[in-house]
Amino acid sequence: MKKTLFDKIWDAHVVETINGDHQILYIDKHFIHEVTSPQAFDELERKGIPIANIASIVATADHNVPTVNQHLPIQEQLSRLQVDKLIENCKKHDIELYGLGHPYQGIVHVIGPELGITQPGMTIVCGDSHTSTHGAFGNIAFGIGTSQVTQVLATQALLLTKPKTMRITVNGQLKNNVFPKDVILYLLMHLGTNAGTGYFIEYAGSVFKEMSMEGRMTVCNMSIEMGARGGLIAPDETTFTYLQGREFAPKGEEFNMKCQQWSKLFSDQDAIFDKAYEFEASDISPMLTYGTNPGMGIKINEVIPKIKNTSDEKALNYMGLQAGQQLLNKAIDYVFIGSCTNARIEDFRIAANYIKGKTKAKNVEVWIVPGSQQVAQQIKEEQIDAVFEAANIPIRQAGCSACLGMNEDKIPAGKYCVSTSNRNFEGRQGKGARTILASPLTAAAAAIEGKIIDVSQLN
Amino acid sequence: MDKFQTFTSTALPLNIENIDTDQIIPARFLKATDRKDFGNNLFRDWRFEEDGSKKAFVLNQAHEANILIAGNNFGCGSSREHAAWALYDYGFRVIISSFFADIFRGNALNNGLLPLQVSEAQLSNLFKIIEENPTTQFTVDLEKETLSSNAFLEDISFEIDPYKKMCLLNGYSDLDFLLLKKEQIEQFALSRF
Ligand code: SF4
Repeated sequence: MKKTLFDKIWDAHVVETINGDHQILYIDKHFIHEVTSPQAFDELERKGIPIANIASIVATADHNVPTVNQHLPIQEQLSRLQVDKLIENCKKHDIELYGLGHPYQGIVHVIGPELGITQPGMTIVCGDSHTSTHGAFGNIAFGIGTSQVTQVLATQALLLTKPKTMRITVNGQLKNNVFPKDVILYLLMHLGTNAGTGYFIEYAGSVFKEMSMEGRMTVCNMSIEMGARGGLIAPDETTFTYLQGREFAPKGEEFNMKCQQWSKLFSDQDAIFDKAYEFEASDISPMLTYGTNPGMGIKINEVIPKIKNTSDEKALNYMGLQAGQQLLNKAIDYVFIGSCTNARIEDFRIAANYIKGKTKAKNVEVWIVPGSQQVAQQIKEEQIDAVFEAANIPIRQAGCSACLGMNEDKIPAGKYCVSTSNRNFEGRQGKGARTILASPLTAAAAAIEGKIIDVSQLN
Repeated sequence: MDKFQTFTSTALPLNIENIDTDQIIPARFLKATDRKDFGNNLFRDWRFEEDGSKKAFVLNQAHEANILIAGNNFGCGSSREHAAWALYDYGFRVIISSFFADIFRGNALNNGLLPLQVSEAQLSNLFKIIEENPTTQFTVDLEKETLSSNAFLEDISFEIDPYKKMCLLNGYSDLDFLLLKKEQIEQFALSRF
């Protein structure tokens, strides 16, 4: 039978099918962080259940960590307690932890791939919805709740019903200054925030084929914003080249053997998807969001659409915006370049490329937050830090930061923030904060100009 | 997990679409390392002003409702199970909507909270009924898979996965089930490597 890429990986991990539609799925890799794991460890302890496969677990501290003075104890007491709890649990169970101060520390979805832990063909879970990021390598990666974290710790498996498959094809040539972030925001604008519920998405077509690994991660990252459990892209030479030589990727002969296996991971020609969409690359522009979910997007030079219902009205009220209004030339207060969507080296290269030789606008506060210590290191090596510093923009230390404002990095109420993160929900970046999601270039331009400008007009 | 029992109560309406888990429980309240008292911070920023005083929000009315009726696509966004804990801790046993986000649905079921899906038309009718009479009583019978009320003639029947129904009725969780299968899972792992 013709199989999709998703089917191939899923079926290879099914331990048992029960009553037709429930399946026990074996999990290869389990990432954990400080926010969604403590209650899981507690439950295991209470019930006296041992951990099934310690070697499959990798831990890091990211959500709560400060992004300045990381060498000092965490000031905020509850954050410190949570991070301490993670350290304690990892120590107790001998789990590999890349905590604060470790050269591998960073946002869980940035470090997995950059360390070569994330590989094609795997099943990967984490108590975090943006686990979908890892699917860029051609694996099945999805976010789980704390009860499921407990299940994976205890049994290395989950009881699931198999999701349906969706294929989103984008063919053609992307226009100048249209980035992977714009592609996914464009798809969200067209398909909405629940088109993907119950599905796993495969991204296909020349646009994704030609995309860098960083770009593919940006796209897969936001699959969850469409409601999908995850998204994936068939592994190819780009994937293999990225993985080669990474810390935990296979080495030497084993690597070659793996590449051969991985090359078989693609959807068979004529494999049937439960749903399929096609889009034209040439129709995609730099994008912005104007509302309080990531599906509320417009092309950068369009106006905010008409209000259709009370939810739209509520969103625009919160954002302090009106239907019919343009976002172009709107003065903004904050810029955040960071998060598991856009805090990889490529994103900072794009930003630095624009910022070089310019100075930050006075009315804007800019937070540049690398996704990991390794990204921070590379920023130094490529002397991108000098570019930012010359523009009056200091670089912060690795973590989730203003993506969800669990640490001190919160956008104040009523302020507008152009953000490269993934969610513009009410209060996501801080109570009352108004988030406008965009690409790293649009964000960088806003940092310099103090307002939103049309980056498609730049060279 | 507590067993799910048939009950009758009033319901609170939250006629907003795409309610995400950041609203249900804002990130700053995720710092606990246990599962206690999340109900206090349920819909925190919709319920309270900056100074802690109460806003005119439906959850702030005096009530004994165990049912929340919410707009389409409830529970989207983050995978935080804290959202399900907060709703349960606050006293809800059933959330009615025309659509639930995937991870939230799973999290709810793993915590004894029933995501009860109805059609768009049924949902708007339910909102109308409560608007007309906020004290309308509803009965949720999981065994029979029905939602009934004096306010409508014919019971609304809903569907639930039979395994999940069994778990809810008996207070079992997936963890109990998977632990029974542990040997087989280990065998599977060995056969793969
Ligand atoms: S960067 Fe944001 S979306 Fe990504 S894991 Fe951290 S909090 Fe979640």
